Amino acid sequence: MRERTFAPSRILIYLIVLLIAAAWLAPLAVVVLNSLRSNEEIAQGSMIGWPQHWAWSNYVAAWSGFCVAETCAGIRPYMLNSALVTIPATIFSTLLGAVAGYAVSLWRFRGDTWIYGIVTLGLFLPQQMRLLPWTIVLRDIGLINTLAGLVLIHTIQGLSFTTLFCRNYYVAIPHELIRAARIDGAGFFRIFWRIILPLSPPILIVTVIWQFTHIWNEFLYGVTFTSGQQQPVTAALIALSAAVADIPQHGVQSAAVIIAALPTLLIYLLGGKYFVRGLTAGAVK
Amino acid sequence: MSNAAAIRPGRPALPEWVRRLPEYLMIWVPLLLSAAHLVSFSLWTIWISFTPSTLIPVSGWVGLRNYSAVAASRNWQIAFDNLLLFGSAFVLLSLVTGLALAILLDQRIRGENVLRSVFLYPLAVSFVVTGTVWSWLLNPGLGIQKLVHDLGWTSFKFDWLIDRDMAIWTIVIAAIWQSSGFAMALFLAGLRSVDTDIIKAAQIDGAGPIRIYRRIILPSLWPITITVVVIQLQFAISTFDLVRALTNGGPGIATQLPALVVYDLMFQRSLLGRGAAAAVLMLLILLAVLLPYAAWRYVQRRRAAHA
Amino acid sequence: MAALSIRTLSKRYANLEVLKGVDLDIESGEFTVLVGPSGCGKSTLLNIVAGLDHPSAGTVEIGGRVVNDVPPKDRDIAMVFQSYALYPSMTVRQNITFGMECRHVPKAEQDAAVANVAKLLQIEALLGRKPSQLSGGQRQRVAMGRALVRDPLLFLFDEPLSNLDAKLRVEMRMEIKRLHQRIGATIIYVTHDQIEAMTMATRIAVMHRGVVQQFADPDTVYRYPANLFVARFMGSPPMNTMPARLEADAGGPVVVIGAGRPDEVRLRLQGYDAAAPYLGREVVFGIRPECIAEGNRVFSGDAPIVVHAPVEMVEPTGAETIVLLRLGGESALARITPDIRPPPGTAAPFALDTRRICLFDPETERLIA
Repeated sequence: MRERTFAPSRILIYLIVLLIAAAWLAPLAVVVLNSLRSNEEIAQGSMIGWPQHWAWSNYVAAWSGFCVAETCAGIRPYMLNSALVTIPATIFSTLLGAVAGYAVSLWRFRGDTWIYGIVTLGLFLPQQMRLLPWTIVLRDIGLINTLAGLVLIHTIQGLSFTTLFCRNYYVAIPHELIRAARIDGAGFFRIFWRIILPLSPPILIVTVIWQFTHIWNEFLYGVTFTSGQQQPVTAALIALSAAVADIPQHGVQSAAVIIAALPTLLIYLLGGKYFVRGLTAGAVK
Repeated sequence: MSNAAAIRPGRPALPEWVRRLPEYLMIWVPLLLSAAHLVSFSLWTIWISFTPSTLIPVSGWVGLRNYSAVAASRNWQIAFDNLLLFGSAFVLLSLVTGLALAILLDQRIRGENVLRSVFLYPLAVSFVVTGTVWSWLLNPGLGIQKLVHDLGWTSFKFDWLIDRDMAIWTIVIAAIWQSSGFAMALFLAGLRSVDTDIIKAAQIDGAGPIRIYRRIILPSLWPITITVVVIQLQFAISTFDLVRALTNGGPGIATQLPALVVYDLMFQRSLLGRGAAAAVLMLLILLAVLLPYAAWRYVQRRRAAHA
Repeated sequence: MAALSIRTLSKRYANLEVLKGVDLDIESGEFTVLVGPSGCGKSTLLNIVAGLDHPSAGTVEIGGRVVNDVPPKDRDIAMVFQSYALYPSMTVRQNITFGMECRHVPKAEQDAAVANVAKLLQIEALLGRKPSQLSGGQRQRVAMGRALVRDPLLFLFDEPLSNLDAKLRVEMRMEIKRLHQRIGATIIYVTHDQIEAMTMATRIAVMHRGVVQQFADPDTVYRYPANLFVARFMGSPPMNTMPARLEADAGGPVVVIGAGRPDEVRLRLQGYDAAAPYLGREVVFGIRPECIAEGNRVFSGDAPIVVHAPVEMVEPTGAETIVLLRLGGESALARITPDIRPPPGTAAPFALDTRRICLFDPETERLIA
C-alpha cells in the first residue's frame, strides 16, 4: 500500500494538478464573468476581469433581444431550432439503433455481419464525402433549409453510432435468453419489448447522451443545409460573431455562448458517468 | 399430465413471411438506408470528382484534372501543410497532456472525480463555443495580452492569433484544451486495468513505484496509445468548426485546413468537381491513417485468437 | 406412440460435420439422457429438436408430426437451459406466465397454472421475486416451473445442473427424477456427466463425434458397452482396458494379458461363446475397477480367481480404496474395501470377477462378448 502522507512530492502533485485544473476552468470562468459585465466595461479593459456591476441584462438581450442578420429576436429561435432538431433525431436514431443492434447481435439473420460492417463504416467516413449528395437528396425531397431535413440527416447518420453502441452492449446478453423466449412463443418485437428493452437503460442513456451532445454541437450540416431563421444555434453563434464584428457586444455574446452551451453542459453534469462511458465505448470501435 | 391437445396449431391465417413482414421491415429499412447512403454517397462524390461539374453536377469525364487543380492550388497546399503541422503537434501534445493528467490522477489524490470532470467538460461543449471563447482569450486586443498590458507589463506580446506564422498554434491550443480529457479518460482506464497481482508481484520483487510505472504499467498502455492517436488524427483531419469559429482560416489563409477548402470549393466558389476531389483527397488522407490501424487491429486479434 | 423420432439427421457447419446421420426413437414417458464429451453433437441435436437450429438433412418427428418447418413455439416442447435463461427483468411469476401470455391464455387460467406448478416445485414464496434475488437451486426450480407450466409433449433439458455446486446437484438430480416419476413426462436430457446419465435415465444415448454410439438402458450401457468409447466414457473410474490375447485351452477360452512376460496373467472365461471366432487372436480386454477387489473377496459363483499384482499407488476415498496396480504389465485400477491399504511397491493378492469381463475387437473397437 502506498501511504497517504503529505510528503513534499505529494504536495507537488496536488499543486500541478490544481494548476492545470485552473487553466482548464479559466475559459469557462472568463466567459461566465464576461456574460455578467456590460459591453462598455469590457471595452474599457480586457475580456478577463471581475464584473463591477452585475449586468444580468446581458442574458435578457442574448435570449430575446439582439439582432442576427436583420432579425432581432436574440438566440431564442435558434435554441428552439436546435431543440427541434436534436430531440427528435436523438430519439429516432437511438430507437432505430437499439432495434438494429438487437437484430444484428441477438436475432441474427442472413447478411447481418455484412450490413453491420458497412453501417459501422459510417463512423469513419468524413462528412465532406456526404455533403453534396445530401444537398441533392434534401432538395429533391423538398427538405432543404428545413429542420426536418436536419432531423433526417442526423437520424440516418447517427445510426452508425447507435447501432454500434447497442450491438456491443447486447452481445453480452446470453443467447439462451432469446432461445427460451422463442420457445415460449415470443417473436422479434415481443422479445425486444419485454426482455431486451428492460435490460437496456444503461446503454440507452449512454446513447442518448452521446447523440444529444453530438447533434446539438454539430455545425457543418447546420450551416450548409439551413440559413437565416432555420439555423441551429451553433451556426447562429458564428453568424452573430460576424454580425457584431463592427460594434462588439462581448457581454451579450458571452451570455449567448453560455446559453448555447448550457444544454450539453447540464447533461454532462447530470450524466457524467454515462458521458464518459460513451466516449470510451466510441473509442473501442 | 395429459397431452390431449397434442398438436396446437398456430393461427393459420397468414403465410409466415406476411406475418413477419413488420419485423423484416424494422430490421432492414434502417440498416439498408444507413448502408445504402454511405455506399452510394461515397461513390457519387467520387464520381463527381472526375466530372467537369461546377455549379450543378454534370456528367462527363475529366480524368484527374480536378485533382491536379486542387493539388496545385495555394489554398490546398497551405491546408495540407497546416494539417501535417496541426495534426502532429495536436496529437503529440494532447497525448502527452492526457497521459500526464492520467498519471497524476492515478496517484490516489483527493477529489479525483471532481478533477476528472474538470478535464473532461470541454468535450461536452461544441467546437463553435470552444473556438469563439478562445478567439476572445487569444485576441491580443481583448484577451491575455490585453490583461497583461493592463497589469503594467506593456512589452508583453502574445499575438499568435493575428500572426500568420503562429496562428495555426492557436488552433492547436484550443484543440488540446478541448480533447486532452479524452486521452486522459482512456489512459486512466488503461492504468486502472493493470492486473493488481502483477503489481503486487513487482512490489515483492522489490520494485519501487517509479520502476513499476516505467517497467510494468506504461508498457501495457501502448495499445491504448495507438487507439488515442488514431482517433485524434481522425478528428484533426476533419477539423472544421473549430477553425471557423477561432480564425475562420485567417489571417488571410494562414490557418486553412482541408475541410475548409472542401467547403469553400463546394459552397462558396461552386466548383463541385474540385470540391468533391478535395473531399476524396481528405478521405485518402484518412485512409492512410485508418488502413494501417485496421491492419494492426487485425493482426492483434489474430494473435489473441491464437494465444 | 413414439414421442420423438429422429431419422438420419445430420448437421454440417461450413466443413465441420457435427451430426452424422443420427437415428433415435423415444417412447412417450421415457427419460432419455444424451450423454457424451463436449463437442459430441448432443447440444446441437437438442437445439434441432427444439427448432432453434436447422438440420442439414433428415427429419424430426414430435408426437407423430414432422416438425422440420415448425417454429419452436409450435412444436409442443419446453426447454430448461444450462444458464436457466430466466428473464432478468421479470418476476418469477412473470417468467412462468410469459409463454402463456404469448399464447393469449386467459388470466384466470394462467393463475391456476402458476399456482399448480409453484406448489409442485415449492416455489410459492418466490413468485414475487426477481431472478437476481434467487439462489442457484431456486433459479433451477423456476426454470423447471417455466417448462412444466407448458405441459408439453416433450421436455428438453440442456445440462441444467452443471452450474450448481456438487451438493445441490445431487439434490436436484433426485428431484428431477422424482418429478419424472410423478408426472410421467417425456424428457430428453443432455449432459456430459455420466453419473447423471446413469442415475436418472430410463435410456441413455451415448454420443461421440456426431454419432450415437449406443442407445440402451443404463444397466446395458454399463454392463455391455457397445464399444471401447462407451466402455471408457461410462463409469468413474472408467473401465480398465488393455491389449490381450485370446487362447484356446483344454477347459475353454483363456484371456492372456502380457503374454510371454514372467508376470503374465491368464484368466479362464466361462460363457463367452461369442468370442469363439477370436480364439488365437488379439483382443482388447476390459474389466471394471469394481471387478478387481482385495484377495479374499468372494464374488458370487465359482471359486474366485486371485492374482498377485504389484501395487503402484493407493488412493483412499473413505468409502473405498482405489488401487493402481499392474496386470501383466498393464495399468489397472481396482476398488477395494476401505480398510485394506496395500503398501505401494509391494505385490498384493487381488480377486477378479471374471463373469463381468468385456472383450472388444481391436480393429473395430466393438464389443465381442
